[in-house]
Amino acid sequence: MLTRRVLPLPGLSSVKISPRRNLGDVVFKYTTLTFAVIVLLLVVLMAYEMYVESKPSLAKFGWDFFTSSTWDPVREEYGALPFIFGTMMSSLLALLIALPLSLGIAIFLSEMAPHWLERALSFLVELLAGIPSIVYGLWGIFVLVPWIRTSVEPLLSTHLGFLPLFRGAPYGFGMLAAGFILSIMILPIISSISRDVLKAVPQGQREASLAIGATKWESIRIILKDAKSGILGATLLGLGRAIGETMAVTMVIGNRPTISLSLFDPGYTMASVLANEFTEATTSMYVSALVEIALLLFVITIIVNILARFLVWSVTKKS
Amino acid sequence: MQPETIRHTELTTSPSLADGFAPNGIKMSTTNLNAFFGELQALYDVNMEIASNRVLAIIGPSGCGKSTFLRCLNRMHEVAGGTMTGSVLLDGHDIHETDAVLVRKRVGMVFQKPNPFPTMSIFGNVAIGLRLNKGTPRNQIAELVEQSLKQAALWDEVKDSLDKSGVSLSGGQQQRLCIARTLAVNPEVILMDEPASALDPIATAKIEELIYDLKKDYTIVIVTHNMQQAARVSDHTAFFYLGRLIEFDETKKLFTNPAKKQTEEYITGRFG
Amino acid sequence: MKAQRRYIPSFHYYKRMLTGRLMLFLCSLSSLVALVPLLLIFFYTVTRGVDYLSLDFFMKMPKPVGETGGGMANAIVGTLVLIATGSAIGLPVGILTGIYLAEFGNGKFGTLVRFLADVLSGVPSIVAGVVAYGLVVIPMKHFSALAGGVAMAILMVPTVTRTTEEMIRLVPHSYREAGLALGIPQWKTTVQIVLRTAFRGIVTGILLAIARIAGETAPLLFTALGNRFWSTALDQPIASLTVFIYDYARAPFEDWNNQAWTAALVLIIIISTLSLAVRFVTRSRYTQR
Repeated sequence: MLTRRVLPLPGLSSVKISPRRNLGDVVFKYTTLTFAVIVLLLVVLMAYEMYVESKPSLAKFGWDFFTSSTWDPVREEYGALPFIFGTMMSSLLALLIALPLSLGIAIFLSEMAPHWLERALSFLVELLAGIPSIVYGLWGIFVLVPWIRTSVEPLLSTHLGFLPLFRGAPYGFGMLAAGFILSIMILPIISSISRDVLKAVPQGQREASLAIGATKWESIRIILKDAKSGILGATLLGLGRAIGETMAVTMVIGNRPTISLSLFDPGYTMASVLANEFTEATTSMYVSALVEIALLLFVITIIVNILARFLVWSVTKKS
Repeated sequence: MQPETIRHTELTTSPSLADGFAPNGIKMSTTNLNAFFGELQALYDVNMEIASNRVLAIIGPSGCGKSTFLRCLNRMHEVAGGTMTGSVLLDGHDIHETDAVLVRKRVGMVFQKPNPFPTMSIFGNVAIGLRLNKGTPRNQIAELVEQSLKQAALWDEVKDSLDKSGVSLSGGQQQRLCIARTLAVNPEVILMDEPASALDPIATAKIEELIYDLKKDYTIVIVTHNMQQAARVSDHTAFFYLGRLIEFDETKKLFTNPAKKQTEEYITGRFG
Repeated sequence: MKAQRRYIPSFHYYKRMLTGRLMLFLCSLSSLVALVPLLLIFFYTVTRGVDYLSLDFFMKMPKPVGETGGGMANAIVGTLVLIATGSAIGLPVGILTGIYLAEFGNGKFGTLVRFLADVLSGVPSIVAGVVAYGLVVIPMKHFSALAGGVAMAILMVPTVTRTTEEMIRLVPHSYREAGLALGIPQWKTTVQIVLRTAFRGIVTGILLAIARIAGETAPLLFTALGNRFWSTALDQPIASLTVFIYDYARAPFEDWNNQAWTAALVLIIIISTLSLAVRFVTRSRYTQR
């Protein structure tokens, strides 16, 4: 080590440099490359691991797994339909509530708010995104669910009770609570990405529309049209989050594998059945069926995320 | 922010403008117009009259306030977050007393960079102004779009591809599309902010020709840093420097026999 | 020919104006509405959590079922152990992958890895738990802190990878060229000049990743499991604040419910401290330059 510190004689340096430098660079490159390969392998390993674990279930139930609504650990019969339904229902409900609000926020932040207000609000929305899922769940159990049971559900059933969506006893715990809490949780991601997408629309588009006598709102509508695919991407990212969200949903959805149109009824999602039953799963088939649900969740969220990222990327790339 | 009085004032125009300056009357005028971006003042006490059915060119070095002046004329200045004092009159009425939307319908604008709406077709780009203002019956829209495209000398080039995206056109065509989009709203004044600066010489020539033709029906104000262009297309020319209106005269007079030393130095290329 | 056209505001004009005003109002309103749950959650966590907040809560162990009082010392330590384990595994992978992507990642392989890192960030955390279960719990035949750490590492990797890459790419190219022009090998230039310049940014990424995993519950349920007793051993089940909240929130004892709120408050304080640290780190970087 010490010899390296000795300054080489002029003229000799050129002889000594190249082999040593190359070695260091080569080691550096291949060390970092190894870790990059690890990330690649990790994703492959995740899929492979879940595939292997779920093989018994895949072999036994085949496609019926996705269409059967029987979930009976005692008789070893597993069908994931109630969970798929619950995940879809709760996520769509969440989008239905969160999307208009998020768009409103994104428009307000990018088109209306002065700079200081935009920064302050963005910070608060970021805070909302930073609250752990478990705290949402805790708040859901003790604040949201009682409120839904005593106020929201009675109100909905008296005024909109003719719809099958709002029938049944007001438990509080159920699809409505899940959709509600999910909407709060995905609101930050949809609104902040939509804001970025709107901001990526060139200023010239706003001026062009105003200059032909569009009102501010009409100008915003033209800009929204430009940002359409990016906003769709943001929505899909939110959907991906809602699909995979576990704790808060598990704590408020009621956890019963039923398929019901009524939002008042308890439901069950793919993520929450994993959270609840994985440690209790005693037989290997039970575990296998649960891992198959995890695999399905993995595949769905990956597809949704790939689509979303592609859409967002295609918009923000241009600017 | 509101001006104390609203009137047509005696303006700081040179004597030669007195006769025949505005045979069709005065379309717009500004009185003690000061414009700001926050703390920064961009225009100082600009008094000017814009003659109907004439082309007014605004020249001056970069940053002299010529674009800001233009944007004050249809309240686009406030869109960029600026403020102003003094008054801007359109047909004798202060434009700050009507809604900005109505002002911009009467005072259209063409921007430096062609900015057609990328999500709309060529047809849609021209029709959008008509569609926003639902007063136009549906069956008339197609007719008006054709008329506007013809006025903008673009019809022959695009009549077979009206469904194509507006951004599929060349730069010069896009700019003429933007002019057609402005014409479709049927404004009275058209403001052009260096409309040809992003274009090649042939496209520039077409735009200049167009400006000459449009003068019959519209009052045109064009900002340019190209003095030959100003000399070619305009009837009157205003020279701005450091936010002040230095000289305002008939184009011929201003370019051949400027009254102010700064104007002379600028047009002879000694600065700017 | 078109000299005098009158512009009398029409019915349509008023309709447009009103629609516009209404929609803009609704947009502002939705921003307000979004703040309501935020305020409510903070309000309840603070007011219900503060009752139990005492030194005992940090120093004492949970009491057996039926007894009131006690604390969650083991859960706090457990969360720290899990974060440390997750970081020990996840940070090297994330940082070195990030360096690879920034230095050599312009080819197809780099694009693929970058893409996979993005994809990984969208994978639900419970799936990471299932994977860690298969990778660690099944071979070891019991739940362990290590399994929890592996699950957390999986969740850390994408955030750390992407922020490291972005921060390195922010370093002006001239710095790198200056190093290379001095005859310093590329790896030394990267390590000594580029990484040092990007250091604060990378720390930001690490803090963000830690803030994210500190609040995770789902991946711990069937990896670290939870433990009512004191344990810091990596091969044993370990307690964590989040699983503690989950268990206590669903318990039928009011005393436990209250403790869940306090744990939530502590968790939020930890996470807010981390995000404040992020803001501090990023801000001082700007003022320094």
